[in-house]
Amino acid sequence: MSNFKNECYRMDNTVVSTGTEGKTWGGGSQPLKSSYGKMMMWFFIVSDALTFSGFLAAYGFSRFKFIDAWPIADEVFTHIPFYHEPAPMIYVAFMTFVLIMSSVTMVLAVDAGHEMKKAKVTFYMFLTIIGGLIFVGSQAWEWATFIKGDYGAIQTKGGNILQFGEYVEKDGEQLFKRVAIKDFAIEAAHDVREQHQRKNGIWFMNEGSLPSYTVDEVMHGLEANTNVLVRTQLINEDGEKTVLTREESLRQIKENGKSVVEGANLHVNEYGTPLFADFFFFITGFHGFHVFSGVVINIIIFFNVILGTYERRKNYEMVEKVGLYWHFVDLVWVFVFTFFYLV
Amino acid sequence: MADHAHKLEILRGLIKFKSNTQKIWGVLILLSIITAVEVLLGIYKPEWGRTVFLGMKALNWIFIVLTIVKAYYITWDFMHMRDETKALRRMVVWTAIFLICYLLWILLQEAGYIFEIYDKGYIKRDF
Repeated sequence: MSNFKNECYRMDNTVVSTGTEGKTWGGGSQPLKSSYGKMMMWFFIVSDALTFSGFLAAYGFSRFKFIDAWPIADEVFTHIPFYHEPAPMIYVAFMTFVLIMSSVTMVLAVDAGHEMKKAKVTFYMFLTIIGGLIFVGSQAWEWATFIKGDYGAIQTKGGNILQFGEYVEKDGEQLFKRVAIKDFAIEAAHDVREQHQRKNGIWFMNEGSLPSYTVDEVMHGLEANTNVLVRTQLINEDGEKTVLTREESLRQIKENGKSVVEGANLHVNEYGTPLFADFFFFITGFHGFHVFSGVVINIIIFFNVILGTYERRKNYEMVEKVGLYWHFVDLVWVFVFTFFYLV
Repeated sequence: MADHAHKLEILRGLIKFKSNTQKIWGVLILLSIITAVEVLLGIYKPEWGRTVFLGMKALNWIFIVLTIVKAYYITWDFMHMRDETKALRRMVVWTAIFLICYLLWILLQEAGYIFEIYDKGYIKRDF
């Protein structure tokens, strides 16, 4: 228990001795053999874990509510920077590895702190910060790609999403390959609808950016390209989205098509139900904010280490406490990864 | 400092490490292997994974179990829960597990009910 004595020694420097040391309620003793700061960090982590599980449970609620029509993550997150073939999972696996790796450097920093090796703590804290920054950057890129979208879709009056594709033969098998709206829609020569802006009407009335095509233009394109078929949100027994026949495709777009959707935001989502996009932005956003604040806290501690604050304190417990928070951020990501990308 | 004694074995003593640093790298390798398995299963989605078991696809059960295994090693070895007292461990872990299980049960139960309402056509949402 030399740590305990250390603690008391430090206390004597700052707090007036009460004369009740050694008694249970006399102060200075550590319930659960854990310091006040560390225990409070654990309690904060419990409450934050409950917050995150509240979000993920709400996501599960919405998903089970639309269990037969939820977007398939493998078709949504298929992008890798500078590589143009669809490759599901790879990028997010990279992000996961970066975060686990930064957790490892953090725990190595804590370990070096126990051995009072200032240079090592500095080095590992630096690596942890870099890992955190790479992760936040990747997250931002993932968001940008999701917001931009890739194929475009038609939203029906009932709010459902209709996507497009065609059957292509690959290795003797008929595969359904997605087709982007811009590859088959026929742009009307005239009849360009102008975006309603504030300067053209009443000062408080305007509208969001217009999609590149109108429903009519997509309809003309669909009529002209006889190979293009419509795919609905519904998942069939093979775990794939239902592809409609040619006649049914034309009928759906003609009778139910209401607006063209490109990419995803809080209102619409070309990959399926808008709830998917809402939860994606909210949960990964909340997690990303945790990573960001973790990086800021790590930077503060990093400078404290360099300045020798903990060297003078003869104790690197502060590194251990921010370490707990940092590992918790990694822990949450493990669950977000499973529920957004795998399951 | 001598009082920071770490428990240096994982997998119930199957693997014993010589130092804390060595244990950290060992746990990293374990977590990487689990993640790699998850990613490979996620990419190739084997046929047997679609068998429904207890109301969910077998593959999804595997993903959830592997996630909990990963969470265990992050908490136990990276966050040093293994070295804390039993009381602190239970206070943190059981509180969270109990409340999360309750929340999940009640929300998923209710969502299943709403799905049925839509599915049986009491409310029309495809038009």
